[in-house]
Amino acid sequence: MSIDTETAARVAKLARIRVEEDDLPALAQEFSKILDFIEQLGEVDVEGVEPMVSVTPMQLKRRSDEVTEGGMPDRILSNAPDAREGFFAVPKVVE
Amino acid sequence: MSELTKMKVAEARDALRAGDVTSLELTEACLSAIEGADALGAFVHKTPEIATEQARAADARIKAGEAPAMCGIPMGIKDLFCTKGVASQAASRILEGFRPEYESTVTGQLFDAGAVMLGKLNMDEFAMGSSNETSTYGNAVNPWRRGNDEAQLTPGGSSGGSASAVAADLCLAATGTDTGGSIRQPAAFTGITGIKPTYGRCSRWGIVAFASSLDQAGPMAKDVRDAAIVLQAMCGHDPKDSTSADLPVPDFEAALTGDIKGKTIGIPREYRMEGMPEEIEALWTEGRRMLEDAGAKVVDISLPHTKYALPAYYVIAPAEASSNLARYDGVRYGHRAQLAQGDGINDMYEKTRAEGFGHEVQRRVMVGTYVLSAGFYDAYYNKARKVRTLIKRDFEEAFAQGVDAILTPTTPSAAFGLGEMAEADPVQMYLNDVFTVTVNLAGLPGVSVPAGIDKQGLPLGLQLIGRPWEEADLLNTAYALERAAGFVEKPSRWW
Repeated sequence: MSIDTETAARVAKLARIRVEEDDLPALAQEFSKILDFIEQLGEVDVEGVEPMVSVTPMQLKRRSDEVTEGGMPDRILSNAPDAREGFFAVPKVVE
Repeated sequence: MSELTKMKVAEARDALRAGDVTSLELTEACLSAIEGADALGAFVHKTPEIATEQARAADARIKAGEAPAMCGIPMGIKDLFCTKGVASQAASRILEGFRPEYESTVTGQLFDAGAVMLGKLNMDEFAMGSSNETSTYGNAVNPWRRGNDEAQLTPGGSSGGSASAVAADLCLAATGTDTGGSIRQPAAFTGITGIKPTYGRCSRWGIVAFASSLDQAGPMAKDVRDAAIVLQAMCGHDPKDSTSADLPVPDFEAALTGDIKGKTIGIPREYRMEGMPEEIEALWTEGRRMLEDAGAKVVDISLPHTKYALPAYYVIAPAEASSNLARYDGVRYGHRAQLAQGDGINDMYEKTRAEGFGHEVQRRVMVGTYVLSAGFYDAYYNKARKVRTLIKRDFEEAFAQGVDAILTPTTPSAAFGLGEMAEADPVQMYLNDVFTVTVNLAGLPGVSVPAGIDKQGLPLGLQLIGRPWEEADLLNTAYALERAAGFVEKPSRWW
């Protein structure tokens, strides 16, 4: 399967990774190679096969819906590149 | 270099308990070995103060007569594990400066058992790679060389720093993680032992996520007994990881009798790959003979969907990675790009991720985004999950026929040169994992044991794959193989 530069640009946008215009053809070519490799899966007959959800059959545990931990805004914010007055700070989101 | 660093975990444990050595002596010996080994690029954040403090505490515990097996044992920790207050950046620029406010469950358990942390170990960025060449810290280097050839070789990946550090006797053991072979392949490339336990044995809490349905932690050690001891301390149920198994953890070391009489070992015919080096083929045949001589019955088996494991993996792993790595957005932790006047929040995301992620990580995140995108989800992601069901079924059928363990080569070659694969397309690098990746897809335990030396003088490993939750039995088979192979070679010191 061949990926064009337009598709590569769209995927980069969806992944929120800035890719310079000049780098798109090489990226598209790499994608094409990887997808060619993946295309082999088309040979497998999967009629009636369930897609795997969990590799070890297990019942997920439940617990009561209660707060078990919290009240530590300083620790939560301690690694933020920009935190002010108890909040994460980001560039303007709404015009 | 001090002889102390060459000790195995079991020897050190016994010597510590007997009072023949202190943890502080062991720890200082390791710290000085590490200081002299920067050329290996193994330790990327050294923590001598923490190590010294933990060693003193361990010595006090041992003196008080209350000493778990890992008490006082100096270890290296893969950079993928979050360690409280200590840089934990998954070898990525995007986590530069990140100092977790919490401890991963696995490292927490090791430290509770008295283990000593010497520092954090190099790896491929976000564990994506098979040669440790995608790390933001630069390459980790294999202590082994091709005879007198000075060319630097890869220690494998992604747990390359862990493998290099253990093989070079910078620490007694190390933690690794394995998503497609990242414990077993580097173990094979450096002549050490590594086990990936059954999915769910070790808690994933606090380990930077790559592909959550495949990731498992495990030990990298100097022999099978050490791997059993360290694994014991790493395992166990954790309410903070909903996929961690609430099952009792057996005594792995006690299972090491070396008696495998009556066991059935399967040899999968699909693992005989075209173009596989003769030496790998010969080692595999030799391994088969060793297990037969030890009293096991060896049978040929078929795992018909083996060929499709790598393509399925390269859909599922990137898909999960694209989702897991969405959290690196420059808001909560790590790197944020410098923004230009008027840049909005999308510019911040895009610039941050372009600067923070290396090439291979970007590529996998974008492949994952593509296979999950509208219109392709069924054709790629759902198809791969169905093939995964078939791969697991292949193993289940083999086990149902009475097979106790499966013997394969660990890797299709010995360690290759750093930079040698630079011109190859990404798929060539992915082929390193051809024998290991099936095990992750099926959630099974797998162990790599060093079993021979090739004509260039490099170690080669054999892999044993076990039934789910039967690590104890698997380790015992590995122990029998280890005793028969009698691998004792060490790299000669050049660093």
